[in-house]
Amino acid sequence: MNITDVFTEKRKNLTSLLKLRRTFEGGQRECPKCHEMAETARLTETNWICPKCHYYFPMAPKERIALLCDENSFRELYSSVHSRDPLQFPDYGKKLAENRKRTGQQDAFVAGVGRVGHIRFAVGVLDGRFMMGSMGTAAGEKIVRLTEYAAKRKLPLVIFSASGGARMQEGLFSLMQMAKTSAAIEKFKSSGGLFISYLTNPTTGGVSASYASLGDIILAEPDALICFAGPRVIEQTIGQTLPEGFQHAEFLLEHGMIDRIVERSRMRQTIYKLLKLHQM
Amino acid sequence: MSEALAKEPTAYERVQLARKSGRPGITEFIHRLFDDFIEMHGDRLYRDDPSIVGGIALFHNRPVTVIGHRKGKNTAENIRCNFGMTSPEGYRKGRRLMEQAEKFKRPVITLIDTPGAYPGIEAESNGQSNAIAESMACMSRLRVPVIAIVTGEGSSGGALAIAVADTVWMLENAVYSILSPEGFASILWKDAKRAPEACDCMKLTAQDLKGYGLIDGIIEEGELMYSDMDLMLATELERLSKKRPQVLVAERYQHFRKIDGLYQQ
Ligand SMILES: [Zn+2]
Repeated sequence: MNITDVFTEKRKNLTSLLKLRRTFEGGQRECPKCHEMAETARLTETNWICPKCHYYFPMAPKERIALLCDENSFRELYSSVHSRDPLQFPDYGKKLAENRKRTGQQDAFVAGVGRVGHIRFAVGVLDGRFMMGSMGTAAGEKIVRLTEYAAKRKLPLVIFSASGGARMQEGLFSLMQMAKTSAAIEKFKSSGGLFISYLTNPTTGGVSASYASLGDIILAEPDALICFAGPRVIEQTIGQTLPEGFQHAEFLLEHGMIDRIVERSRMRQTIYKLLKLHQM
Repeated sequence: MSEALAKEPTAYERVQLARKSGRPGITEFIHRLFDDFIEMHGDRLYRDDPSIVGGIALFHNRPVTVIGHRKGKNTAENIRCNFGMTSPEGYRKGRRLMEQAEKFKRPVITLIDTPGAYPGIEAESNGQSNAIAESMACMSRLRVPVIAIVTGEGSSGGALAIAVADTVWMLENAVYSILSPEGFASILWKDAKRAPEACDCMKLTAQDLKGYGLIDGIIEEGELMYSDMDLMLATELERLSKKRPQVLVAERYQHFRKIDGLYQQ
């Protein structure tokens, strides 16, 4: 018997997903890749994949979690952790307030515990829609708390990343979150914990160059941009245009930097399978 | 002393001082602080990256591992060392030498002076992100004392990659930042020319960072710099060497764990 035989994908009538989807009804979104307009209602059905060209739109953390976890199994943790604007950086407070209002979150990282196919796991999602998913003190603190939570309860840890890198407005406080999260993940892994790092479009800079590259298993969504230095910076530095597909998930797979590319429709099944294999 | 000379440099002036070509580089520091330095080369995977120097030396008759960025002293050297912009192979060489230091129970001393990790095609293809992340992860668990000194420019993850230490010091006119001020200004304001303005809000001087508790000490630059460094290193190595390895590792973890932005000046 295969591991996934006991695990069915019939989740079409999930109420939480439907509820979330209703909030998107009515609007239209332009696909950044093929520039076709798509109804948001249609996009929620395709899990935010462009029906024309298969471009992966970013997913809101709550939606990603609803797609991944068993119905009503997710419990959010540390939702009140927020940045204290350590440098009192000009206009940062205002920017934070706008992003908080728009997303309903205190910062870019959503953490919690859930189940997939009845297997309990710690899960976090870095939200590319909140100040480009930049990792400042709040996200860094939540990633570390979640990692320590998983270590203490012997749970596997899955983190989805989407980020422009470190949060500029928090200066060196932000840079230090790279060391802090890397140290926490390293400690978690060496105590026997399983860390699955799931890279989505885009995972760059200080996030790519810290915990997100430290997965025991590193998965990526198709075509996701994954890099340390962004394509524009490289083009400016070397003065030439970059080859097609450079720094995209397929390129990283070819260069040995990630384990697998997983389509969104197989995300839940893949995570389940991997968690199950590590329980045996 | 005239009033102009006595005035503290601005953040932007410190950036310029940190980048000044006559400023001592890793070769001088190694020469002045250590004896019998033997340089080691290569990451055992692909190549040797000259932008990272690594090797074994004696400090007060005790073997230590020294690792740091090298910018080079003239144009030919600058080019060979890629102006101190490290590639994955450099970080992997550093990591290899740190793991070896741990095996032979040698303390690790790192010297940081880089405009940032190299943003290039080959560096990306060979896993720049992975190399930086693994270097930090490795340092976080080393069971020997680790001291990091930012001697010039400490820019971005390229600097932090070798600065996950028990104790972090900066030279008086060194800077340590999330990104170069030019990069910062161009990301935030789409205008690299606003770098001087960026320097003020970035809080990248040793004095600011000490105030925030993000670094542990400042080394004054001047005639006594090398003898001060010698004394500080000797004292700190002695203090750290008394700790049991698991205590060292646990305290280093806390050192970074506690950085949550609660500190206010
Ligand atoms: Zn499309």
